[in-house]
Amino acid sequence: MTTGTTPRVRGGIGTSARRPDGGPKVSGNFAYASDLSAEGMLWGATRRSPHAHARITRLDIAPALAMTGVLAVLTQEDVPGNPLFGQEEQDQPVLCDGVARYWGEPVAVVAATDEETARRAAGAIIVEWEPLEPLVATDEAIERESVYRDMQIRRGDESAKGPIVVEGFYETATQDQAPLGPEAGLAIPDGEGGLDLYAVSQWIHVDHRQIIDCLDMAPEAVRCHPVGIGGAFGSREDISLHIHVAMLALATGRPVKMVYDRSESFVGHVKRHPSKMWYRHEADAFGNLVKVEARLILDGGAYAHTSRAVLANAAFFAVGPYRCDNVFVHGSVVRTNNPPAGAMRGFGAVQVCFGYEMQMDRLADAVGIDPLDLRRRNALRSGDRMSTSGQLIEGSLPTMSVIDALAGIPLPEHPVGDDPTLLPGGTGRTSSPSSVVRGVGYAVGLKNIAFSEAFDDFSEARVVMTPAGVEVHTAAIEVGQGLITVCQQIARTILGTEQVAVVWADTSQIGSAGSTSASRQTQMTGGAVHAASVGLRDRILADHGGDELRDDGVYLEGRRVSTIEDVCADGPVEFFVRFRHPETSKPDENGQGDVHAGFVVAAHRAVVDVDTELGLVRVVRVDTAQDVGTALNPQAIVGQLEGGIMQGAGFAVMEHLVIDGGVIRNPTFTDYVIPTFMDAPEVATRLIEEGGHWGPFGAKGIGESPTISSTPAIVSAIRAATGRDLTRVPVLPQDIVGI
Amino acid sequence: MRVDLSVNGEARSLEVDGPESLLSALRRHLDLLGTKDACEQGECGSCTIMMDGDAVCSCLVMAADAEGAAVVTVEGVARGDALHPVQEALLAEGAVQCGFCTPGFVVAGVHLLETNPHPSATEIREALAGNICRCTGYGAILRAFEKLAEAGP
Amino acid sequence: MEFIAAHDLDEALAAKADRPDATLLSGGTDLMVDVNLAHLRPSPVISLRRVLELRAVTPERIGAGATWAHLESSPHAALAQAARTVGSPQIRAVGTIGGNVATASPAGDGLPWIAAADATIAVRSVERGERSIPWHDFFSGVKRTSLASDEVIVGVDVPDDVPKVQEFSKVGIRNAMVISTVSCVVMRGPDGFRIALGSVAATPMRAARAEAFLNAQPRISDTELAELAEIVAAEVRPITDHRSTEAYRRHASGVIARRLVERCVSR
Repeated sequence: MTTGTTPRVRGGIGTSARRPDGGPKVSGNFAYASDLSAEGMLWGATRRSPHAHARITRLDIAPALAMTGVLAVLTQEDVPGNPLFGQEEQDQPVLCDGVARYWGEPVAVVAATDEETARRAAGAIIVEWEPLEPLVATDEAIERESVYRDMQIRRGDESAKGPIVVEGFYETATQDQAPLGPEAGLAIPDGEGGLDLYAVSQWIHVDHRQIIDCLDMAPEAVRCHPVGIGGAFGSREDISLHIHVAMLALATGRPVKMVYDRSESFVGHVKRHPSKMWYRHEADAFGNLVKVEARLILDGGAYAHTSRAVLANAAFFAVGPYRCDNVFVHGSVVRTNNPPAGAMRGFGAVQVCFGYEMQMDRLADAVGIDPLDLRRRNALRSGDRMSTSGQLIEGSLPTMSVIDALAGIPLPEHPVGDDPTLLPGGTGRTSSPSSVVRGVGYAVGLKNIAFSEAFDDFSEARVVMTPAGVEVHTAAIEVGQGLITVCQQIARTILGTEQVAVVWADTSQIGSAGSTSASRQTQMTGGAVHAASVGLRDRILADHGGDELRDDGVYLEGRRVSTIEDVCADGPVEFFVRFRHPETSKPDENGQGDVHAGFVVAAHRAVVDVDTELGLVRVVRVDTAQDVGTALNPQAIVGQLEGGIMQGAGFAVMEHLVIDGGVIRNPTFTDYVIPTFMDAPEVATRLIEEGGHWGPFGAKGIGESPTISSTPAIVSAIRAATGRDLTRVPVLPQDIVGI
Repeated sequence: MRVDLSVNGEARSLEVDGPESLLSALRRHLDLLGTKDACEQGECGSCTIMMDGDAVCSCLVMAADAEGAAVVTVEGVARGDALHPVQEALLAEGAVQCGFCTPGFVVAGVHLLETNPHPSATEIREALAGNICRCTGYGAILRAFEKLAEAGP
Repeated sequence: MEFIAAHDLDEALAAKADRPDATLLSGGTDLMVDVNLAHLRPSPVISLRRVLELRAVTPERIGAGATWAHLESSPHAALAQAARTVGSPQIRAVGTIGGNVATASPAGDGLPWIAAADATIAVRSVERGERSIPWHDFFSGVKRTSLASDEVIVGVDVPDDVPKVQEFSKVGIRNAMVISTVSCVVMRGPDGFRIALGSVAATPMRAARAEAFLNAQPRISDTELAELAEIVAAEVRPITDHRSTEAYRRHASGVIARRLVERCVSR
């Protein structure tokens, strides 16, 4: 596969090596942020706005301060530095600046000796409001020019026409990441004016930047540490309690811990952008795409977060993995008083995949060809140009292999017998075989990997040889996806030893690894670890005159010439790399340019059984084939594919965050329902390895593709079963029934 | 008020605060942090413990009501230094990602196999329907328990 | 917090008589949600967990302390079917039918069966001894019952003539841990059909007009079944909320009732 590897090492790349943090996790000993504590620790609590839009007419913290056990009550006027924070644009007040712009916006924070006192004290603060009319309709936001970003993609000939025209209007609702681990953080002052923060995150350096900016502190005075985190899926990409808990720690001089309960968690993090999409596809009589037009509107909610980047993703992936020389996309992401939207796995590509795949299904019907053949006919491949940006696709893009592999997976039989769990409705006994119709649907999705539009995207790693084994130092965040294992596997393979420990570094110990998002960490941090391991190996071999590095030393032509102790005689030997991917460009005013660092394609096929009278759906199977470049850890990849499919299935048929007048009506796990074991479809996966990518050993990022085309595949299957054009996600029973 | 109970085979004493849940008491007063608090309303199973032989959500048990109970948490499942077969199977099948749901699955799974050593796939799904996982999609968890079901006690 | 762990029914009754403001704790699956999330601090609390006599199940009386796990093997087919759908195995291990009755949620999974069975709720107090309240007098509104503050629910009394042919169904947005959108129990006895529904009114209800229609039919074919569905859909009183719409609940009520009648007919 690759030169310079040691085939004999155990747990190297290509194996399903066990994750090193698994033992503590199954034993209940793994420390998540919500499990941490410190001597003398106080508890923090937050007071929030009960209105989507309102002005504070009276704010009196005295009743809270007067309570026994309360050591600090802080409001916006206590913010020492920049009163605003934000990842792309600093537009959100650390604490309400007098006007609340979304339901649940933090107004004040309290530190007290115990959780109950902190909570009651937060409630005792007097806050009086003058409600204002919330802006919640995206059309109105457009009219009022309340827009974070507006962009145009224009490629080709606007007057191009095709004989077959399909036009449609689609909507996707707000999805919540719903990670099981809650927001949690512990800030510990260091007694010298600085502090250490242990808080859930996807990117500690970006948290750090915002914290020191708002607290007006020197970079070295704040250390952000990686901590155990119970899932992220985009919800930990932005600041939640970080600045609050840091402020409380500095104000009291004591460690302060904050944990959000589930309801608070629902308001405490950004969600997936809800979307409205108008599409017009024109094709020739054979189904070749002639022109695609799209108008996309995403609702970014009250503050910017990563909305601009999400819109770009949506716009650039608005056509999907298909060739088309005439593409016109107008995308807008608007500011409203709805809950802030931001990163969620798929990042804009999810919404448009629903739109364009529903269009492709309808186009296949209009042309009169098989839906998969339509996809094959138009499939985007390596050597083609991206339909939207015009970028030449230089790496691998095995769209046809992915589609063919998927189509080759056998379809399931119908259930036999009268086990209700094999029917829609499950043990609710709603259905019988005669009331159920089966449908099969396909979808193919395209995503970029790593950051785009000329963003300076890099990851730093330091790989160190010690007598006890190799250490990999990185500030990358492991959210459960298995980055920790992949880093070990890469270092093992290059350095010829199984003894590799990943050492999570804080912001003072190493530079940024970039975000755990955008399907980028395996390639970026894995790439940094790979390059640093190669650099270390080559340095050691050069210094000791060898041609091979094994776990017990340096070898030359099969004979050992130095031991590891010899190698480390003057101390550990290290190699540092700041790894960057190939450069990307900003798009021009027509959205043209080499905007993306790489592409990944995946396809899903869903089999659903639908009780058409009740509108209940059993997702029987969702099979997938995905372009993975090189499978560094097959078992871990399958875990990500299956997990992403489940999130896609949830979004397809049950995850409905009900937002009304800017207020979330169902911020609990009782009423925002995510799939249980009894809702889980069977899944078969096919990993397509065509290499041809700059990631380590040719590996591509795989995390987001599973959530992108799984949802439309399921909706496509429901459409096939019912004959209904379903234009909104999630598909609810009333949509299937048509009432 | 004081509550005396057995936790992982040891006699323990709790000083509980009002109506607090057993989940809260285990984590705060006994420092047993393995049992998790993902929803505190019985909707996720991350707080699953065994209590007097049943698998229950500890967030729904009032600590004051646990007087005299025999409780097993995830910390009490391993066999000395060796992992319980359920723990080992979850690791072997790659069924642990973020791991926040894992303690709940371990305890619910141990309970399942104690009451039904050879469950079918349907029985596994139904017995573990109260345990939510957001990362794995349940596939690897099912494979782990199918292997355990085959292996038997 | 004042906490009383009752060891027998007399102790529980005496404590409730002494402290009518006390909160009764059975399985805890409703109360503890309020404690955890709404920060409720009930006091005093009387735990019924150790009152073994409440767990007894006989043909005449289902003890208030009978857990859903136990009721999964009830000889009453529709009750067993309903029990299987309550929450999750963890919830079923401790949640009780008495708790379901006391909470009186419009969506209570056990309540349509109680209505279809024409069961009575047996309650007891020190002062007045035992009284039997017909289910339709017991459930007086959304989460409201006619239980007096010094009373404890001791059981659900099942009439001798409860039909053996019974079917249950629950419509929900996912297959476990779900609050029903609509639920239904249909029973078929020598005197005719009984149709009870949940989640479509403030309390569990019997579709009296639908029953009257059905029981007047000399024959039940697809035509009568279709009309039955329409009558049920018109008769229920559902609302639109964040879980579902009035229109869907009406429609689903009719469909489910019709299907359960069909199942009862074909047995």
